Amino acid sequence: MPQLRFVNVTKRFGKVLALDRISLDVNDGEYLCILGPTGSGKTTLLKLMAGLLTPDEGTIQSNDRRVNEVGVQDRNAVYVPQHYALFPHLTVLQNVAFGPLARGKPASLALEIASETLDLVRLSSRAQALPKELSGGMQQRVALARGLASGAKLLLLDEPLSAIDARLRLDLRHKIRDIVKQSGLTAVHVTHDQEEAMSVGDEIMILKNGRIQDFGPPQRVYRKPAGIFVAHLFGGASFFEGIVEHTVGETALIGVRGLTIQAPSRMLTLTSTVILGLRKERVRISADQPRGMDNVFRGEIRSVRFLGNSREYLVRLSNGDTIASRNFVENEAAFKVGDEVSISFRESDVMVFEYPAQGLLKELEVG
Amino acid sequence: MLIVIIPAVAGIVAQLFSLPTLALGAAVLTRMESAVSWSFIIGLTVSSLDLLAGVPLAWLIVRRRGNWATVLDSLADIPFVVPTVALGFSILEFWSSPDGIAQLFGSNSLVPPGVILIMLLHFAFSFPVIVRVMVGEFLNYRETYEVAARTLGASTFTAVRTVTLPILRTGLLAAFLLALARSLSETGATIVVAGAFENGTVFISNARNAGQTSAVVLASLILILSSLVVFGVIKVVAPRIRVAPLRVWPDFERKLSKSSVVTVRNIASVAIFMAFVLFPCLFIALPAIMAVASGTATEAIAGAGPWKAFWSSMLLSYVIAVLATVVNIVSGLPMAILIARNRFGTGITKIVDALVDLPIIVPSLALGVSLSFFWKNMGSLPEFWVIVLAHTTITYSYFVRAMTASIQEVQPELEDAAKTLGAQPLRVFRKITLPLTKYALLSGAILVFTRSVDETGATSAVSKTLKTAPILLVSWIKGTVSVTSPERALGVGFLVATSFLALVVLRLIAIRQPSRKVG
Amino acid sequence: MPKLDIIGVSKTYGSIQALTDISLHIEDKEYVCVIGPSGCGKSTLIRCISGIEQPSGGEILIDGQSVKRTLMEDRQIGYVFQDIALFPHLTVRDNLAYGLAVRRAPSNEMRTVTNEMLDLINMRDRSNSFPRELSGGAQQKVAVGRAIATGARLFMLDEPLGALDAIVRAELRYELRKLASDLGLTVIHVTHDQEEALSIADRVVIMKSGRIVEVGKPSEIYHVPNTLFTANFVGEANLLEGEILTIDANLCTVDVAGHEVKVYSFGKRIGQKVIAFIRPESVLLTPPTEDGWRGRVKQVTFLGSLNRYVIEVDGMEIISEVSTADYSTGFAVGERVSLFLNEATMVLFDYPEEGLEKEVGLE
Repeated sequence: MPQLRFVNVTKRFGKVLALDRISLDVNDGEYLCILGPTGSGKTTLLKLMAGLLTPDEGTIQSNDRRVNEVGVQDRNAVYVPQHYALFPHLTVLQNVAFGPLARGKPASLALEIASETLDLVRLSSRAQALPKELSGGMQQRVALARGLASGAKLLLLDEPLSAIDARLRLDLRHKIRDIVKQSGLTAVHVTHDQEEAMSVGDEIMILKNGRIQDFGPPQRVYRKPAGIFVAHLFGGASFFEGIVEHTVGETALIGVRGLTIQAPSRMLTLTSTVILGLRKERVRISADQPRGMDNVFRGEIRSVRFLGNSREYLVRLSNGDTIASRNFVENEAAFKVGDEVSISFRESDVMVFEYPAQGLLKELEVG
Repeated sequence: MLIVIIPAVAGIVAQLFSLPTLALGAAVLTRMESAVSWSFIIGLTVSSLDLLAGVPLAWLIVRRRGNWATVLDSLADIPFVVPTVALGFSILEFWSSPDGIAQLFGSNSLVPPGVILIMLLHFAFSFPVIVRVMVGEFLNYRETYEVAARTLGASTFTAVRTVTLPILRTGLLAAFLLALARSLSETGATIVVAGAFENGTVFISNARNAGQTSAVVLASLILILSSLVVFGVIKVVAPRIRVAPLRVWPDFERKLSKSSVVTVRNIASVAIFMAFVLFPCLFIALPAIMAVASGTATEAIAGAGPWKAFWSSMLLSYVIAVLATVVNIVSGLPMAILIARNRFGTGITKIVDALVDLPIIVPSLALGVSLSFFWKNMGSLPEFWVIVLAHTTITYSYFVRAMTASIQEVQPELEDAAKTLGAQPLRVFRKITLPLTKYALLSGAILVFTRSVDETGATSAVSKTLKTAPILLVSWIKGTVSVTSPERALGVGFLVATSFLALVVLRLIAIRQPSRKVG
Repeated sequence: MPKLDIIGVSKTYGSIQALTDISLHIEDKEYVCVIGPSGCGKSTLIRCISGIEQPSGGEILIDGQSVKRTLMEDRQIGYVFQDIALFPHLTVRDNLAYGLAVRRAPSNEMRTVTNEMLDLINMRDRSNSFPRELSGGAQQKVAVGRAIATGARLFMLDEPLGALDAIVRAELRYELRKLASDLGLTVIHVTHDQEEALSIADRVVIMKSGRIVEVGKPSEIYHVPNTLFTANFVGEANLLEGEILTIDANLCTVDVAGHEVKVYSFGKRIGQKVIAFIRPESVLLTPPTEDGWRGRVKQVTFLGSLNRYVIEVDGMEIISEVSTADYSTGFAVGERVSLFLNEATMVLFDYPEEGLEKEVGLE
């Protein structure tokens, strides 16, 4: 039984359509990540879940009960805003105890709960500090503790890590997920960082311009993205425009400005225009011609990007298109700009998409 | 809220309807026209001069952190808190009397009572308005803009002129309008220094004393309507003025940015402030202290002679002030919350916003006339309560404005977070909003209190028998009640002393205000 | 040709030592990224270089000339702010032209240069828009263009991409780099994002608590860091505690929780406690075999192009990253695996006196 369900929820602000017929389920104990660029409606969605906003159309249900009209205080969902909104005039302990006190617990019990929760996030030593004395990462943990202590079953996190340094994010994001899972809560975590979403979500929802573009477990959304935008936002890819020249059984031959790419065929019509997408790590790069690969092309390296654990090569193919290859094997000698190389990938690595109505560039726009 | 705004509006409307019944002689009409126009000429001139003199001082206070700046900051507040009647008297003595600055020039009186003296008075008491508003604006201003301009090659002067001031133009406009409102409104002190000259408020006051009710009604009506028009026009037109394309004189402006030039400018700002604002305002201290020394003080405290009436007036003023403050808090706080959180919806909020500003725009004397019109027609309300309501109406805007700004600064996210943590609205208010705005509440209350004690315009229009302290003092100064010089000085001194107390408390509150931002 | 010399620069704010003894030489046309945790002083450093702040001690030389007496408006250093700081009351065009307007450039020069900038950042069609009408990425491009228009050759970028979405950041950083290359600019780019620094910098400067910890090329500081802090900060690292058993011509045999690894390292003694550093991608995983270290998968994180595994091995936790392109299935939580460490990539560090947490701590 889903803990939270949206049925065709629409929300407008004046003339602006912030959310368009959103339907989703959040199951008990799930960690849902909502990924989308700025302005896609993520915060609005979260606020609707919290009850801070009411939908213009559609129904919101909690445990099969309609809650559109239920007040914020009675929703059993706690909202943690982007910059935490810690009460500046209260100590850390008072902040965390606020929830239980508000829900009517006697002071002694509230403080006990608060202390326990602070222990959980390892901040007991700063219980008497004021928020402004803490670092960003610590404030984040206090905000989390405050939400946990309130006893709410649903935790709504609005870009919880955006104000944290990149390196610290790597550590904190797992900690947040661990604490949520340990406490048996359900969480909805909004972010614009796809790696973050990928690494902590049980389910991912991709949002663009107020509409759901894809929804599913990270692995599925990554391997079989529902559209070009999803593929681009969630993982990144090289895209090519091509025309279906030939179909034989499960295979299609796509002409891409003179080159022919072997791709999986799924009801493709001849002479239709399609977009092909290739994940960077699926594109292999080698000095010589590899054997046993469905697609092999020669190209010249245009640029090399060092990313720490990998190198990304931009290779210009003979037809003028550029393809990206991400290489994790580190003891192979690195290639240099200008090197002639072989690019190869399997048929099954090729993602095939419909040609988007507004053109490729517009489709890829993030804002 | 309704008690406050409706009578004012209705009174004005009633006045309008009574127009046809008014009878006026031609001579009176010409006098009136000239008086009202002079009000605006004085107001606009003085406000512009205040802007020119006040902005550099505000800049100095904000940018030159350190002890001197804080001292200047406090000093700049003095004319704000000293009751205008006292100010008027002090200025009269400073510029006009043989004991004043005239001594240095070997003459009897440097600036006799009249239009110039009025301008000096208005310049002095509108000055702190400009400084306060601009200090606030500069403090909230993101210095990054100016730094960005300088990294692009602009000298400090150029950066301020082409980036900072244009960005702050709404603040500059607000300061200008507030100064203008104050100038148009002021009654008590203006009467003291006007001599034979008449501006709008002096005219109305004279007409009232002469029993020419028609003139009073018409004049106040014209004053109200023209104020509304002038403010309306400025508010609508000014923001639309396109920022002129960038014209820069790099070498010249660079020279103006040199530290030597800046020092000269700073010294000049402070000098102008001292000479035209601070000293004239504080001058009253001398005769007051002398009066204490001469033994008048003991008489005063004993309550002999004119002092009996004085103390009962002081008591009246304070009681009214306390009541006005309480009514303001009770009715103004909810209004502030509703406006700050846009509860009415954007359209209506704008209208309500404008209505709340009404008592500031409309000169208080004229407002007093409208109010007495209203209450007269509503049947008999004891004079005392009419005065209380008048004071509440006048101060309402200041209170609501201050509280609204303060509530708006409390990030809505804090209240959102509290609500989702399970707090009912009352709890959110008690535990979150109130603690974070309590300093604004306190300062707001004190400002209302001092403004009420200060009030002359509306009170003089509305009161017939009861005399508040400033009104009493006006009669002492103008000689309608005969008192000795030391007695006059001491009376004014007592009034000033209480206001100083308020200033000190205000300062203490401001220092203890905690920061509201986190991280 | 702006060369930059920073010699012994320090900066104190009251009792806070923001910078201590910073020395750095930057060549003409170099693109240098300065990275470090919040509060390490990286922003203070570039503010001192550009003249926004005055150093408390030390010298800053641009092309050999000291700039101590030069006001910030005369230093001709382009500056891009984290919060963008476009003038809200001016259009895009007027913003771009500002630097020229303030030195009273002739109007045809202004027009030409402004149009060049608009083309450079691809915003001809938005020239009459106001900053508030643009997206974050677009605003930042205008801010960069505005600085370039002044003709400055030396640039300070203060977390220029910090206010932008992750995906916009990932695209814009390469555009920024290309712009700098094409125009031959010398750039100091401050960021807290190590991946950003590694991908575009010629050299990377790592700072901590007001000091420079290390300087080097991206691949150098990533693969052979000189300090533990760098090792942990510039990407994920396995830091394994061990003890040196034998040394043979600088080849140290180290005991790590009962296993032996052989790593070349200088200046070590037998019996010394060390930290053995290895990157997750250098830890190979296979189904259980005779060789290798036996462990059990504790946690699996899917990261798209790779899987990140936390393996429990003899009381240690070792992180391994495996490309998803190589294995069609991965390993599941609880599964037994064998680990193979690529010893050629390992580096040994002296065990830190104050303990590991303190040494690499970020907060």
